[in-house]
Amino acid sequence: MKKHWYDYLWAASLTYLILGFFNILFAWLGLLCFFIPLIISIVSGSKGYCNRYCGRGQLFGLLGGRFGLSRKKDIPKWMKTKWFRYGFLAFFLLMFFQMLWNTWLVFAGTRTLKQAVTLLWTFRLPWHWAYHGTLLHPGVAQFAFGFYSVMLTSTVLGLLTMLLFKPRSWCVYCPMGTMTQLICKAKNK
Amino acid sequence: MVTKNRKKRKAFVNEDDCVACGCCMKVCPLSAIEVWKGIAAKVNMDKCVGCGKCAKECPGSVIDIREVAI
Repeated sequence: MKKHWYDYLWAASLTYLILGFFNILFAWLGLLCFFIPLIISIVSGSKGYCNRYCGRGQLFGLLGGRFGLSRKKDIPKWMKTKWFRYGFLAFFLLMFFQMLWNTWLVFAGTRTLKQAVTLLWTFRLPWHWAYHGTLLHPGVAQFAFGFYSVMLTSTVLGLLTMLLFKPRSWCVYCPMGTMTQLICKAKNK
Repeated sequence: MVTKNRKKRKAFVNEDDCVACGCCMKVCPLSAIEVWKGIAAKVNMDKCVGCGKCAKECPGSVIDIREVAI
């Protein structure tokens, strides 16, 4: 099958994760993975992002497929249920807003910048080596740390389910995927 | 004239569980499956030969290959 330019977006996703190890402010670029799928689904009523441009999905497909890092077993039934998918979306959004709140507190000056990345919403990893100061407000850096935490957490979860189940098992419960599908359902009723 | 009961293999999508990720679409050698309006995958029965690539690829394992009489 003919390859398109967008079939190589896995490289962009990988670069994004690596850049976060060197300068946390690159984490802001991750907003593209939030806004582009939403805009595509709202404007065209399709899941064009998942279907074509999702670099993260491609990365899992590549690692689990060509590199064989997947058991290729069926995902458990409960993970496909609407309860779990919508529940995970709600939990993810809640954690996202909590992250925004923490960012706001730094902007407001009631809290100082925490140079750490929180993995799986629990484990605080020191990440000070990736912060070299900012000309802007420390809140800008706080958002970067928070957003990178979201991206790294979802990558770790995706890698875990890639190993255990099928390469792109993350797609089953990906909050962005669930959200864009809901938008498409609402739009195309 | 004798009519034979022929059977063919086709892909069937459990649309309720489909997340419309489009993994199936990428592996279909005949472009016989597509994501319909971002809601679920749909099979074009005229094109599908039931090879099973989509079923194997589907991260949610929501595609079955079944024999249908034609």
